[in-house]
Formats: sequence, C-alpha cells, structure tokens
Amino acid sequence: MGVLLGYAGWIPGFVIDTNPGKYALYALMFLVGVSIGADHRSLSLIREGGFRLFLIPVATISGTFAGVLLMANFIGGVSLREGLAVGAGFGYYSLSSIMITQMHSEALGVVALLSNVIREIITLVMAPLMVLWFGKLAPISAAGATSMDTTLPIITSAAGKEFAIIALFHGIVLTILVPLLVAFMLTAFI
Amino acid sequence: MIEVLVFMSGGILLGYLIRDRHQTIKVIEKLIMWCIFLLLFLLGLWIGRDPLIMSNLPSLGLTALVLSLGGIAGSVLLALLLWKLYFKHKQ
Repeated sequence: MGVLLGYAGWIPGFVIDTNPGKYALYALMFLVGVSIGADHRSLSLIREGGFRLFLIPVATISGTFAGVLLMANFIGGVSLREGLAVGAGFGYYSLSSIMITQMHSEALGVVALLSNVIREIITLVMAPLMVLWFGKLAPISAAGATSMDTTLPIITSAAGKEFAIIALFHGIVLTILVPLLVAFMLTAFI
Repeated sequence: MIEVLVFMSGGILLGYLIRDRHQTIKVIEKLIMWCIFLLLFLLGLWIGRDPLIMSNLPSLGLTALVLSLGGIAGSVLLALLLWKLYFKHKQ
C-alpha cells in the first residue's frame, strides 16, 4: 500500500522530509525492549541454561556472517559491510529493514526486508529436511531471531518438544542482538 | 549505535519492572504491532517514490535471495558441527 501511494506521489513532501520513521523506529526499539524485559521466560531460561545454550546463538551468528561474506564477495552489487548488515537481521525483517533504511539507504533496506523474509520462509518450508541433513539444531540456527515466535511451532514439530526451550532462548538472544549488530555493521570501521 | 543501546536497555529495564502487569504488557504488544505496520508503510512510501529502486527490484530481490541462502547455509553448517560435538551424545 505504501509503495503504491509513494509511487503515485499522493503523499505531501513534508511527511517524508520531517522523517517520522526515525521516531517510530526509536519507539519500536524501546517497546521491543519492554516486551523482552517483561518476558518471564528470559530470566529463568538463563538460570537453567548452562554454557552449551550460549553456543547455539554464537554458531548462528558466526555461520551467518561467514556465509553472507562469502556470497557478498561473489555477487557484487553489495559491499561486504552492506552484506553483513543485511545478514545481521537474522530473519527479524521489520526491525532490520527499517534500521537499514534509516541508517544507510532505501535500496539496502529493501534487500534486507526481502532477504530476511526469505530466510523465515525457507526455514518454515525446509525445517524437517534441515533436521534430517544437519541435525536437530539446524532449524533453530536457520530461524535466527524468529526461533522464539513465528518459526517456533515448526521447530518443535521437526526437532522435538525438548528443543522448544533451546529455540526460545536462541530467539530471545538474537532478538536483543539484531538492532545492536545491524547498527554495528553499518557504523563500525571494518 | 548509542541510541540503539539506550532505547533497548531502557526498555528492558522498564519491562522487567512492570513484568507482572499483564494488561499493560498486552497493550505494549499491540503497540509494537502498530509500530511495525507504520514503519513498513513508510518503507513502502520511500520505495514507491524512488524510481531507481522500483526499476531495480528484480536485481535487489536476487541479491536478497543469495544473501539469505549464504546466511542459512553458514548457520546450519555450524549448527551441525555443534550438534555433533556437544548435543548428540546427550540424547
């Protein structure tokens, strides 16, 4: 809908120039923080967890960055830094695409939106095969930040109920890290 | 970067303080949804206004697909390694 309206040029210029998106984005980051802090599951999970639980988000993050770097190197069109920023969305397409639009460019924001939606869809469709080929942690890693909500049902049905807690923890950690890593990739000197 | 840290940690702290007010938390989850709708709508506006993006949509989509495939492949491979090293024998 927004695409059509913008394309038709029906929106007065001041709406875009005053940049309401920036404030909405800050509000969103704050609200996401509130919902994480209010989540009873986060704290009890960390207490029960142990160090093995932390290894899975580490694997997801380093694996994603390695894969994205390799691809960005091959295809051209995006720099390594841009590729990493898109990868740092970990399936959390709404927040990452909007942050990238605000901090970098609209074109890369579109890439981030599509890429992270695709990541979620591939995980939803391929979860059972991933378990078969890459073990029971694979769909959790592939799901990225979405392993705590949208892809949680398919993960538990593909890997087993006992992986629900691992998936929840993984999703919470990545959800907190997405805005930080996206901002880091766009601003740090790499 | 600093704004992100401030807003997120402020939010987490406030969320922790009000964690037992279930009504408030329900309202906040609704607000998050509307925030996301608004932002995606704005993103749509910017995309639609930009002829360069509109004419490059297919190639942007291809870049997106390749990046997601790379990210997924890398993470499932490390997940496999982790599974073999630490988790499988515990089952």
